[in-house]
Amino acid sequence: MSVTPPVTASTLLRVDGLRTEFTTDQGPITPVDGVGFTVAAGETLCLVGESGSGKSVSALSIMGLLAGNGRITEGSVMFEGQDLAGLPEPELRRIRGHAIAMIFQEPMTSLNPVLTIGDQLAETMILHLGLTKAEARQRAIELLEKVGIPRAGAVVDDHPHRLSGGMRQRVMIAMALSCRPKLIIADEPTTALDVTIQAQILRLMRELSAETGTATIFITHDLGVVAEMADRVAVMYAGQVVEETDVYTLFDQPKHPYTVALLRSIPHITTPAGDRLTPISGSVPSLLHLPTGCRFRERCPHAMDRCTTELPALRPLGEGEGTHSVRCWLYDETGTAVSV
Amino acid sequence: MTAVEDASPLLQVRDLRRYYPIRKGVIARTVGHVRAVDGVSFDVYPGETVGIVGESGCGKSTTGRAVVRLEPPTSGSVLFDGTDIATLSTARMRRLRTELQMVFQDPYSSLNPQIRIGDLLAEPLVAHKRLDRAGARAKAAEMLATVGLPQLSLDRYPHELSGGMRQRVGIARALMLEPRLIVCDEPVSALDVSIQAQVLNLLKDLQGEFGLTYVFISHGLGAIKYISDRIVVMYLGKVMETATTAEIFARPRHPYTEILLDAYPEPDPRLRDRERIIVEGDVPSPANPPPGCVFHTRCPYAQDICRTEAPPLNAAGGARHQVACHFPLAQEAS
Repeated sequence: MSVTPPVTASTLLRVDGLRTEFTTDQGPITPVDGVGFTVAAGETLCLVGESGSGKSVSALSIMGLLAGNGRITEGSVMFEGQDLAGLPEPELRRIRGHAIAMIFQEPMTSLNPVLTIGDQLAETMILHLGLTKAEARQRAIELLEKVGIPRAGAVVDDHPHRLSGGMRQRVMIAMALSCRPKLIIADEPTTALDVTIQAQILRLMRELSAETGTATIFITHDLGVVAEMADRVAVMYAGQVVEETDVYTLFDQPKHPYTVALLRSIPHITTPAGDRLTPISGSVPSLLHLPTGCRFRERCPHAMDRCTTELPALRPLGEGEGTHSVRCWLYDETGTAVSV
Repeated sequence: MTAVEDASPLLQVRDLRRYYPIRKGVIARTVGHVRAVDGVSFDVYPGETVGIVGESGCGKSTTGRAVVRLEPPTSGSVLFDGTDIATLSTARMRRLRTELQMVFQDPYSSLNPQIRIGDLLAEPLVAHKRLDRAGARAKAAEMLATVGLPQLSLDRYPHELSGGMRQRVGIARALMLEPRLIVCDEPVSALDVSIQAQVLNLLKDLQGEFGLTYVFISHGLGAIKYISDRIVVMYLGKVMETATTAEIFARPRHPYTEILLDAYPEPDPRLRDRERIIVEGDVPSPANPPPGCVFHTRCPYAQDICRTEAPPLNAAGGARHQVACHFPLAQEAS
């Protein structure tokens, strides 16, 4: 169905044809249905989409952190030559928190409220890096300083509830960095923060990824955050990637009607007032009642007969460079716009 | 829509304060106060939209709730068309209630889940306008069309609708009594990106159609800019700056406004490396606000006087431009 993303020497993660199913009271749903993308070493890939687009479930699938009623039914998650999909839990656990680390939206739910910041940071370093308690504590303080926490020597002995939301998210970043991962998956890490604090955290994450060369999958619903953070972007809609390209091409020459419509529907603050926003009609389809064919067709101004009957594949535009892929019948195999 | 410059204000908020007591111990002794709103003044003219913007804890929602008297102010006045609703009796407030309505962030928690949409909309007409059920339902059906909902929705329950549709119901309900002023508290913040523009455009269209006046509260600068004629910037319970939308965005005079605009992630990757000021530190607690100017702990330009004396909200040049700063930024376009 989906094309295999190109493998290059620097490819760190290659997700291919990933399909994740959940059983629910209303029947089975497939929040991730044929998702594919690659992440190169040191690169930041933004997964952007609205609620129900499958961006968070994709991340949880990669990490093997699906809830009990969810499982990967198809596809592969190749990380450094190893397929994480179907890897037994003990082996996954060795990779999680070490080679791949995760940062969540609400740090308070991922931090243990009864342990000190220092103990939580030390735990993973003792486990994964084999440091002694004293070494781990010293490194914990260094990490807290690195993520810009003032009085790190004192904060190391504090409990999480003593910190503000922004400071807690810095602690989460410190924890993610503690075992020098190759990949960090950050799921809406700044969504719960105020805008001035968000700016601090985004800047910190950019500086750290430049300094450490850690690749990042950054999940967000906010195109402004995408514009700040991404090298490459995968736009998701109803469980599928509908467009994938570098960040400049995405904002300059979006090709999928959903991406085009999304960019027209958000307000800018640096341009003079005036233009009326163009909303996208309707709403995101329920995973229980997906339309036939293309999942965006009911909201698409360009929908054709073919869109109702056949689901388009995610195909590269142009001469097979694979740098810009679109899942839409408006473009033929060569990436040329089909006349409508 | 631009307000008639020489009209008198529909709403005048003057030195509004709302303190919450902090209680401790077995006898719940009051040991201090959270100053959620601490001396806020602004005007709203008929037919305009005033946006109140600020980060969490700045007091914007409490201000909005005090304007429609869902919260009694600790002190200060809220003059609606000349009547101070802060001190109005419950009976007289009930009569005024029809003129002041509110749209909430999460329409799911503000709509009774056990009542059908048709009845939810008809209810205020029966209660306030003494309409019979049939008459009220006919009006409800009419209002559904006005806010762009299918007639089928009349017999649906709130949970059967999507978030965007529920917010349309929230707006329809606020409109049923033909109010003059609507306070919209983060009305699009809970909605998906592709739905936000639908609701913002609906609010704009309804304003034109019914001559409504809005107080629009949001932490989202994009939405605030899109919908507001004038903007009030709040920080830690106080007004930092107020001006027309064009002035705020082109010539911010308060350092906090400038920093807030700089922090906004603009959807344009070419702006990611622009020069900007990112302030360090967190917003202080409103239970223990700093002395002097409340912003001085994070302000890159703070001087000695800022640490001791709170600056008043002064005229700053330009039409109704006011700024509370000892050292306002230069007036040139930045």
